[in-house]
Amino acid sequence: MDNKKDIVLLKGNEVIAKAAIRYGYDGFFGYPITPQSEVLETLAADKPWETTGMVVLQAESELASINMLYGAGCTGKLVFTSSSSPGIALMQEGLSYMAGNELPGVIVSVGRGGPGLGTIQPGQADYYQAVYGGGNGDYNTIVLAPNSVQEMCDCMGKAAELTFKWRMPVIILSDGVLGQMMEKVELPPYRPRRTDEEIAKQCPWATNGIGLKNRKYNFMSTLELDPQVMEDRNQKMAAKYRQVEAEEVDYELYRVDDDTEYLIVAYGISSRISMKAIDLLQEAGMKVGMLRPKTLWPFPNKIISQLSERIKSILCVEQCEGQMINDVRLATEGQATVFHSGRSGGMVSSPMEIVEDFKSMARERMSNKWPKGYWMK
Amino acid sequence: MNETPMHYCPGCSHGVVHKLVAEIIEEMGMEEDTIAICPVGCAVFAYRYVDVDWIEASHGRAPACASAIKRLWPNKLVFTYQGDGDMACIGTGETIHALNRGENIAMIFINNAIYGMTGGQMAPTTLMGMKTATCPYGRQADLHGYPLHITDLAVQLEGTCYVTRQAVNTVANIRKAKKAIRQAFENSMNKKGTSLVEIVSTCASGWKMTPEQANQWMVDNMFPYYPLGDLKNTVE
Repeated sequence: MDNKKDIVLLKGNEVIAKAAIRYGYDGFFGYPITPQSEVLETLAADKPWETTGMVVLQAESELASINMLYGAGCTGKLVFTSSSSPGIALMQEGLSYMAGNELPGVIVSVGRGGPGLGTIQPGQADYYQAVYGGGNGDYNTIVLAPNSVQEMCDCMGKAAELTFKWRMPVIILSDGVLGQMMEKVELPPYRPRRTDEEIAKQCPWATNGIGLKNRKYNFMSTLELDPQVMEDRNQKMAAKYRQVEAEEVDYELYRVDDDTEYLIVAYGISSRISMKAIDLLQEAGMKVGMLRPKTLWPFPNKIISQLSERIKSILCVEQCEGQMINDVRLATEGQATVFHSGRSGGMVSSPMEIVEDFKSMARERMSNKWPKGYWMK
Repeated sequence: MNETPMHYCPGCSHGVVHKLVAEIIEEMGMEEDTIAICPVGCAVFAYRYVDVDWIEASHGRAPACASAIKRLWPNKLVFTYQGDGDMACIGTGETIHALNRGENIAMIFINNAIYGMTGGQMAPTTLMGMKTATCPYGRQADLHGYPLHITDLAVQLEGTCYVTRQAVNTVANIRKAKKAIRQAFENSMNKKGTSLVEIVSTCASGWKMTPEQANQWMVDNMFPYYPLGDLKNTVE
């Protein structure tokens, strides 16, 4: 294996697989589901078990996948799974166990239209699923939101770092467009997988039967019969979550300056479509820019609050009937009105649809029909 | 074995099996090379008794958990320890597929025909006519279906190398069970495929009997339905 970067044209899903091999992941456990099956297909074709030693296993279900991830995480290995909306739904219990035991693990979610079996076309209706989770108990997961094939690649590296830094599962929330579209991407150089000694040093908490000369036996358990002990564990995790919120917020501003009057907030594929809409609106003389959260949890509350002080209103663009919009509204602290734009069920907004929604929002604002801070969808 | 308050009821088979597991790990010199996966159910606290690295899996998922671990740590002894509700009911899917993939793990299956920890409800292995909290008039086929012979199913799967049914109610049976678990552990280390050791067990509390009555009831009722002995051995 050479040690250089490579520039290639690939689908987002294929890049996830190739990035994992290059970033030194120890294993993948997953189950086929459209629109992310190319992740496992690419891994199976590339046979990393013959080169880096990475384990690849097609599980019998997403339930098994996430519990394989759980087991692997307990032993300090760097592993990931990928799936799409209904499959991620099936993993929620396992995510709660992983969070409860403060385990590393990366989950790639390539969203499609829902609910239920829904459609196999792209969707962003899993914001709640990723950010608020469907597992039981007090827990958070870090949620990264790429908006290009290059960022799909980069997120695999960032997730590998964050999941061990904070000892918590990291979700990469992508969507069917990013998974299926091809773009030029620069793949990172090969990074060797960690040795057993390195794992023992990095993860003295792990249940892997190594380094026992220098430690007691470990066990991984989420069960506490004493509620006071359970509360202590929860408070310790909550303190960690507050620290993650303080340190790991990431976002990008597009065409925002001192004169910006209107703001679009969008992540993932919606941010790419919104960029085109903003270019069109700016040509027409509108002072509009975009804030793109790159982390959905922790959410960029502070910058949204700051911008809300001086703008007229916000258009939240997402390919669902409105989920992130509620976090945007909370972040404004009532200082700006937030409107929704987007399609759902597998339909995807065109730039012109966003432009039209923007125009009706601007008309509403100018007619002063809605007092500042009024929450309208 | 650790000094720890005994949480199992008097007469329970778990304690004996825990001791066998601990003895075998020590005899094999595997104390620092074992990753054990315990279930949800009475054995959820297995980690308190045996000094190795333990992982408590979610209900039924121990075989999936163990599959990943053995593949990532091929030189470790990896085994699961599960009851009938965990392995043969909620986790049937994970059980069948781990067995069928021939994962190089050992699976210990405590079959006492009842849900012990939740207070004696019907299990997939509950015998016909047997009374439990959720079949208080006795298990009936039309209401509850039939007992699941999961160990017999395992015999049919190409991934299994060793399938056996044992008990720990007499000294002679304890010796046989120990030999069987040791064989299963060695198969894991020698990468021979999946080994499944069923231990037909008592649950005196769940069955609402004294320990002696429970042992006798097991001999009279469980053994005819779940006969002891090796069901498959491709390693010998």
